[in-house]
Amino acid sequence: MSTLIFRTITPLLTALMIVFSIFVLLRGHNEPGGGFIGGLIAASAVAIYGISNGVGPVRRALYFRPLSIAAFGLVMSGLSGLWSAFKSVPFLTGIWWEVHIASYIQIDLSTVLFFDIGVYLVVAGVMIGIALCLEERTYD
Amino acid sequence: MIIAVFAGFISALFAPIIVKKTGNLAAYLLALVPLTLFVYFTGFIFTVDDGATYNFYYDWASDKFKLTFYLDGLSLIFALLISGIGTFVIIYAGGYLKGHQNVGRFIGFLLAFMGSMLGLVLADNIMTLFVFWEMTSITSFMLIGFDNHRTASRRSAIQALVVTGLGGLSLLAGLFVLAHMGYTQTGAPIYELSTFLNADISIIDHDFYWVALILILGGAFTKSAQVPFHFWLPNAMEAPTPVSAYLHSATMVKAGVYLLMRLQPVMGGHELWMTILPLFGAATLITGTLLAVRQKDLKLMLAYTTVASLGLLVLLIGTSYKAAILGAIAYLVAHSLFKGCLFMVAGAIDHEAGTRDITKLGGLRKLMPWTFAAACLAAISMAGIIPAIGFLAKEEMYAGLLGYGNMALLGAVIIGNAFMMVVGVAIAIKPFLGKEVKAAKAVNLIHEAPISLLAGPIVLAVLGILSGLLCSYCFGDKFLNPAAMAVYGKEFTFAWKLWHGFKTPLFLSLLTIALGLLIFWKIDLVRNILSKVFSEKRWGPDKGFDQFISGLVRFSFKITTKIQNGEMRRYLAVSFAIVAFAMAYPLIDNGVVPEFPDFSVLTFYELAVLAIAFVGVVLVVRAKTRLDAILSLGAQGFAVALIFMLFGAPDLSFTQFMIETLSVVILALVLTRLTLNKGDHRGLRDNIIDLSIATVIGVSLMVALLAVTQMPFNNELSAFFAEYSKPIAHGRNIVNVIIVDYRGMDTFGEIAVVFAAGVSILALIRLKSWKIRSDQYDDEDLL
Repeated sequence: MSTLIFRTITPLLTALMIVFSIFVLLRGHNEPGGGFIGGLIAASAVAIYGISNGVGPVRRALYFRPLSIAAFGLVMSGLSGLWSAFKSVPFLTGIWWEVHIASYIQIDLSTVLFFDIGVYLVVAGVMIGIALCLEERTYD
Repeated sequence: MIIAVFAGFISALFAPIIVKKTGNLAAYLLALVPLTLFVYFTGFIFTVDDGATYNFYYDWASDKFKLTFYLDGLSLIFALLISGIGTFVIIYAGGYLKGHQNVGRFIGFLLAFMGSMLGLVLADNIMTLFVFWEMTSITSFMLIGFDNHRTASRRSAIQALVVTGLGGLSLLAGLFVLAHMGYTQTGAPIYELSTFLNADISIIDHDFYWVALILILGGAFTKSAQVPFHFWLPNAMEAPTPVSAYLHSATMVKAGVYLLMRLQPVMGGHELWMTILPLFGAATLITGTLLAVRQKDLKLMLAYTTVASLGLLVLLIGTSYKAAILGAIAYLVAHSLFKGCLFMVAGAIDHEAGTRDITKLGGLRKLMPWTFAAACLAAISMAGIIPAIGFLAKEEMYAGLLGYGNMALLGAVIIGNAFMMVVGVAIAIKPFLGKEVKAAKAVNLIHEAPISLLAGPIVLAVLGILSGLLCSYCFGDKFLNPAAMAVYGKEFTFAWKLWHGFKTPLFLSLLTIALGLLIFWKIDLVRNILSKVFSEKRWGPDKGFDQFISGLVRFSFKITTKIQNGEMRRYLAVSFAIVAFAMAYPLIDNGVVPEFPDFSVLTFYELAVLAIAFVGVVLVVRAKTRLDAILSLGAQGFAVALIFMLFGAPDLSFTQFMIETLSVVILALVLTRLTLNKGDHRGLRDNIIDLSIATVIGVSLMVALLAVTQMPFNNELSAFFAEYSKPIAHGRNIVNVIIVDYRGMDTFGEIAVVFAAGVSILALIRLKSWKIRSDQYDDEDLL
């Protein structure tokens, strides 16, 4: 499957898809998107790269094991929910900070964002793990 | 308070790092944690003795599951014991496991256990209590199985977890029954123990009292190792000695006793309570002592006397009688002090002399003088000789049982105490006096234990004597009485005295001592007789447990091999047949007949998308090869995604696109791995069966959907979300706001499931070959 055209185009495609997945993740609160979809896009990006260039480079590029990424995401989601304990509100209550950069840009940060990033990491990590494992056995 | 409870867990996280950085000093540093807690709890003594109680409240999840803590005399006495003994156990652990590669993890587990135990005795909310209760079981599992290379430790750890875990489930049910009994009293379920205690709510007249009692006793008896669940405790002696000293004598096994004491004002005084508790308590007391004398191993002797002591405490609580409760509280403190000390002494002997076999030990008096001194003082307390607190406890329990008027119980307690005295004296005297050792180690290599191994035993032993001497001054008033009042449920005054004069309890004490000395004189004879009676080879609860577990494994193995015979198509057929039934039956039963939809309103592009989906399905069915079928299925999925898009569900459609893409990729990858026929070669019969299952599901789903959409639409929820998403959840995308905020807990559960599924899928892919070796099936693999 690793033809020259495919191999040349995939790094670009993968990079683009990863950026897009993060974009989808971040816009999710207001527009269609979110951690789940973002994670799936990221996973397909990595899977494509794995098909064209082999699993070894992907694993090296990822640095962390996919399941470790997923586990980190799960812990992150859980911890983002625990922040509410400091405010004496129930577990997983969203807490918001309004950050003002200059006088006209306002960014709303929240524990919900971290929760969604956790979802993203879990979905991406698990799917990448499965895809890479299957690819490894296919091409080794 | 919340910091106090969680300090153990937080310090447990850092324990391995601290050990790595500071080496041998680490145990002393980490012991500062329990020490600080001890000082903190000491501060409460001076207010709690006036009958003050404290409620601590942390709101974090739901109304039912509040993080609430309650501190009164009883919680305080337990908290002081846990933190106080914890300090010495951690110092001791540092010395005992010096140079062991996992000492950091070990101390971490000990600290985490301490946190769980503090949480358990301080918990007010029943769910909080239950969570901490289970956490003590889990940390105990970790600590028993610490030496995880040995089969025996792994087996004991699993046994302890299974027994206490089953008890925990029973307890959970019991606590809920208890909470709902509050409903008949106050009109609302009561989830806080302090509400029961402060409002003097007693449930003994309730019709379902016995249900709650039996379920709660199921938890308490397994945790506190009452007959017939006593077998896990001696097996737990596989754990390193600091664990035995801390968990399996001084604190964790008393959790069941604590629970009974805590509930005594609520549930005590009922006929059942006063029958079951003394009965099981007495049986445990006698069994424990008889089995203890039989043993030769120092730790096992102590373990069985612990079982006996727990039985004694349960027996005393079961009387619901004031003087007996006072005796129980004093004995609780006495037991924690002398048993913790003796375990540490046994560990020190083992550490220095290399054996724990009492018949091989002797003459250590000159080599280990300080250990000998500590052992003697603890034995005085265990034997109940004046002026130790053990004496005080024994006098009081005799007085209590005399007043209660049950001579059978009194007799059982006298015999039990005599045997316990034998074991105590044997441990204090046998290894130290007499001829030199014949142990594995040469005599000149044995020397006194280092200070870290000595600090605990000596301090605990001295405290055991001092607390007896000081009982009439401050110790009794400030310490024992508030706890006894909390257990009894009413205020009273009681003056502790070491010397009551020549009265019946004193004569009973003397009788106990005489009986004990008599048995001690003939100990070898008694041990031989008992060894013959209770042979290890005979069937007992311990063997029964093994049979139960292996039977369960075989049973599920048989069931699994029958249902899951390895043919994927059959699993799918069975699963979908059940789904088909579940979907079709309610529709037929309710006679749902929706109106047929009007297709003429569809635009041409909507019809086109439908056509793509239809063609996709036809291609799936007609496909010659499996790969073609998968690709066609993907096309059909894309068409469905388009439909979602056209009808205003962009999020859903987005996800559907991604899922379709990924599943085609993954299925294609899987197919290249599997050696399958390229095509599909089902026979006509299979085809008909599969077709009918598929048709039933498809038609039912269609009918259900049509019927649902023709119902009047309730838009209360969507209106709510549309109105509040932006102002309170800062998001315009309602779908996402629901996922990450309104229903965050669901999502959290879902990603946990995704993660678990991912782990198992990876495990399955990596598994090279799976052969069922039913003929050489081995239970050891499981343990």
